[in-house]
Amino acid sequence: MNKYTEQDLEKDLENKEYEYGFYTDIESDTLPVGLNEDIVRAISAKKNEPEWMTEWRLEAFRIWKGMEEPEWANVMYEKPDFQAISYYSAPNSKPKYDSLDEVDPELLETFNRLGISLDEQKKLAGVAMDVVVDSVSVATTFKETLAEKGIIFMSISEAIQEHPELVKNHIGTVVPQRDNFYAALNSAVFSDGSFCYIPKGVRCPMELSTYFRINQAGTGQFERTLVIADKGSYVSYLEGCTAPSRDENQLHAAVVELIALDDAEIKYSTVQNWFPGDKEGNGGVFNFVTKRGLCETNAKISWTQVETGSAVTWKYPSCVLKGDNSVGEFYSIAVTNNYQQADTGTKMVHLGKNTKSTIISKGISAGRSQNSYRGLVQVSSRAENARNFSQCDSLLMGNQCGAHTFPYIETKNKSAQIEHEATTSKIGEDQIFYCNQRGIDAEKAIALIVNGFSKEVLNKLPMEFAVEAQKLLEISLEGSVG
Amino acid sequence: MELKEKLISSFMAFENKVDVEAPVHEERIAAIKNFEDKGFPNKKQEAWKYTSLNNVLKHDYSVFPKEETALEYREVKKYFIHDIDSYKIVFIDGAYSSHLSQTTHDGIDVCLMSAALTKPKYRILIENYFNKVAEKDESLTSLNTAFSKEGAYIHIGRGKVVEKPIQIIHFATGKESSLLLQPRNLIVVDENSHVQVIERHQSLTENPILTNCVTEIFANKRAIIDYYKIQNDVQTASLVDNTYISQKRDSHVSVHTFSFGGNMTRNNLNFYHKDERIMSTLKGITLIGDKQHVDHYTLVHHAQPNCESHQEYKGVYADRSTGVFNGKILVEKEAQKTDAFQQNNNILLDDRATINTKPQLEIFADDVKCSHGCTIGQLDGDALFYLKTRGIPEKEAKGLLTYAFANNVLESVKIPQVKSRINRLIANKLGINIGFDL
Repeated sequence: MNKYTEQDLEKDLENKEYEYGFYTDIESDTLPVGLNEDIVRAISAKKNEPEWMTEWRLEAFRIWKGMEEPEWANVMYEKPDFQAISYYSAPNSKPKYDSLDEVDPELLETFNRLGISLDEQKKLAGVAMDVVVDSVSVATTFKETLAEKGIIFMSISEAIQEHPELVKNHIGTVVPQRDNFYAALNSAVFSDGSFCYIPKGVRCPMELSTYFRINQAGTGQFERTLVIADKGSYVSYLEGCTAPSRDENQLHAAVVELIALDDAEIKYSTVQNWFPGDKEGNGGVFNFVTKRGLCETNAKISWTQVETGSAVTWKYPSCVLKGDNSVGEFYSIAVTNNYQQADTGTKMVHLGKNTKSTIISKGISAGRSQNSYRGLVQVSSRAENARNFSQCDSLLMGNQCGAHTFPYIETKNKSAQIEHEATTSKIGEDQIFYCNQRGIDAEKAIALIVNGFSKEVLNKLPMEFAVEAQKLLEISLEGSVG
Repeated sequence: MELKEKLISSFMAFENKVDVEAPVHEERIAAIKNFEDKGFPNKKQEAWKYTSLNNVLKHDYSVFPKEETALEYREVKKYFIHDIDSYKIVFIDGAYSSHLSQTTHDGIDVCLMSAALTKPKYRILIENYFNKVAEKDESLTSLNTAFSKEGAYIHIGRGKVVEKPIQIIHFATGKESSLLLQPRNLIVVDENSHVQVIERHQSLTENPILTNCVTEIFANKRAIIDYYKIQNDVQTASLVDNTYISQKRDSHVSVHTFSFGGNMTRNNLNFYHKDERIMSTLKGITLIGDKQHVDHYTLVHHAQPNCESHQEYKGVYADRSTGVFNGKILVEKEAQKTDAFQQNNNILLDDRATINTKPQLEIFADDVKCSHGCTIGQLDGDALFYLKTRGIPEKEAKGLLTYAFANNVLESVKIPQVKSRINRLIANKLGINIGFDL
C-alpha cells in the first residue's frame, strides 16, 4: 500500500461525509474528592468494567496504600495531597470558547509560530468547530485504513470491553501494579488511555501520531497506554503534542507499557509540552510518568522524547531487553527554563544475549531551572556480549541553572562492553560572535546552536514533528539569553 | 551485643583515658552523639548502595587492644618502601611504635596525634585544623572523631621542601581475636611547602581486622602534596578510609590509591576547594580477585573559579570480586572556568566479577569544561592474539595488556621507588614473571 499522504487526506476530507467516531461523549460528571476503595469501585463501575478489571484496580490500590512517595529524585516541589484530588472527571463536551478571538493571544502566537493549521488551533485551544472539518471524520478514515490491516487502535476503556483477553493478558506485565508509587496509583484510578495491537507481520502503514494528535481529547490525569506489537510487526507511535497544553490538572501520573514480541519493532516518540508554570515558577504541571518496554527475541524498542514542559518532570522510559539480540534505544532532549525541574533518563536492563542499547540524552538548562539525567545500564550475568553506548551532553545557559548527571552502570558479565560519556558546556561566545558577524542576531544564533546540539535526537523524530520540535526548542528558550 | 551499642558504651571507658577538659573533647562528644543517631551506614543510603558492611560488622571487635606488641624491623621490612630514606610513623595495633619509627621536630613536625592533642604548643594548630574539614554528618567519620586519640600528625611550616618522603604504616598483629582500629591523621602544609606521604595499612594476622581511618589534609597557599595510599592487605582485613582535603589558592594535591588487597575496602576521598586556581589530582588502580570488594567514593567540590580537577581510576576485576566507583563532581555557581575531568575504565576478567559505576556530575555554573567518561570491557582479543603469535604465553600476554591498561595512572607517581614497588605488586597480583621489571 502507498503511504498515506496529506493530499490523500485532503481528498478524503472532501469526499467523506461526517460521521461520528468511536468517541462517545459522556456528560461531565465528577466524583467527590479523595481516594478510597469505594472511589476505585465507582471509577470501574462508571466505565462498566468487568469484574477482573475492578479487582485488578483494587489490588493496585491496596498496594499503593502501603507505599511511600519516592524522594530520591533531584527535584523539589510541594507534594500533592492525594486526598484532595478528584479521581474521575469525564471529558467535558462543551467548547471553552466560541471563536478564536477569545483565546489567549499569546497562545495563538505560539500556535502560529509552530505552524499549526487554523482548524487544529481551534481544536487544541478548545474552540467550537465547524462540523464539516471536524477531525472526528478524519479519525474515522484512519480507523478504516487500520482496520483493513487488522490493527486494533482504540481507547483502553473500549479495549477492555471489546478485547478483554488481550488487555487482561498484557496489562501490568511490563509495569506491575507494585512497580512504584505513581504506577500503583495509576493502576488503581486510570481514567483512560490508548490501546494498540499490531497483528503478526503487519507493518503499520502510518504514524499513529497523526491519528492521535487530532483525536486527543482530554486524556486526563491518569493515562494508561498499552501497545502490543505481535511477532514481526512494526509500529511508530507518537504521543503528545508540540502545542502548549493548558491543563488545570496539576498532577499527571501516566503509565505506558510497550510489548514487542519476537522480531517486532516499536518506535515511541513523545513530545511533552505541558504548562511549565509562569516565569516566577508558580503553578505548572507535575509529570510523574512510568514508561517501560519489553523486548522479546530480535525485537527493538526505540524511545524518542522531547521534553519542554511541566514544572516538575520525573520520567524514565526504559527497555527490558529480555530476548536474545534485542535492541533498546533512547533519544532524549530535555529543555528546562525559568523554574522548571526535570529528572529524566532511562533504564536499559540487559537480560538476553547479544543485546544492544544506545542512550543519547541532551539536556539544555536555562533560567533558574535544574536538569538531571538519571540512567541505569544493567547487565545481568547471563547477558553475553551485551553492548551499550551512552552519551549525555548538557548545555547550560546562565549561571542560575544546574545540570546534573547520575549514571548508574552495573555489570555482572565480563563480555559486556559499556561506554559512557558526558560533557557539560555552554554556548561559546566565539560561536555567537561568528553568527553575529554573518548578520544573525544573538537570539537566532542561540536557536541555531541549540538545534545543532540536539540534532542527533531531532533526527529520530518523525519528519513533521521534527520541524515543529525544532521551533518548540526555540520558543522554550526565548528570553533566556542575557 | 551489637557493635554499635558496644562502641557507645566503650566511649565512657575511653573518656577515662583522655583529657575530658580539652576543647577537642567537645568534638568527640558531639561526634559520638551523631554516630548514636545515625548508626552504621546501610545499603538503603545512596552513598552505600553498592557496599554492604553487614559481613564486616558481624565480628565482635575489641575496641581497645589489651597489650602492646613489639615487632622486629626485619619481620616487617617488606611492607616499607625500604630502599629510600624516609621519615616513618609506625603504629602497632593502634599504638605508636617508637622502635620502628623515625620522627622529627627539626623545622617540621612529623610526630603523633596523641602528642598534638595534649601538648600546649600544638594547641592553636589543633584548634584551627582538627575536625575542621572532616564531614561532621557522616557516621563513620563521627565514630572515628569520637575515639580520636592516636595517629600521625604532620605539620610543615612555610617554605619547606621536605627532602624525604614520610611513611605512615599501621600494623595489626592479631593478638586479639578481632580488632577495630581507628587512626586519626592530621596533615597541615603551610605556604610554599612540599611534602610526599606514603600510607599503608597492614594486617599480619588471619584474625579479622577493621580499620576506620580518618585523614584530614590542609594545603595552604601554593603548597604541593603528593599522597600515595598502598592497599595490599590480607583477605581478612577491611578498611574504611576517609580522607578530607581542604585546599587554598594555587595549591596542588594529588592522591594515588592503589587497591590490591583486603576483604572490603572503601575509600572516601573528598576534595574541598576554598580558593581559586587550585589543582586536584585523583588517581587509582584497583586490581582484585577472589571475593574482594573495593569501593571508591570520590567527591570534588569546586566552589571557586579557575580550578582544575583530574580524576582517573582504572579497575581490573577477576574471580568473584566486586568493584564500585562512585565519583561526584560538584561545581557551584561561583566556580566559573572550572575544568573538571573524570575517567573510569574497567575490565572484567571473569563472569562472576561485578562492577558498579556511577560517575556523577552536578553543575551549577555555565562557563565550565566538565566531562566524564566510563567504560567497561575486556582485553582486546586482537592484541592478545598478536602477542601470542610472537611466542608470549597467554597468561603473560594478558598480564602485559593488563599492565598496559593500568600503566598511565603510574606515570604521575613522582617517587621512582613507589612506582617500582607498585609495578612489582601488579606483577605479583597477576602472577606473572616476564623477565623484565615491569
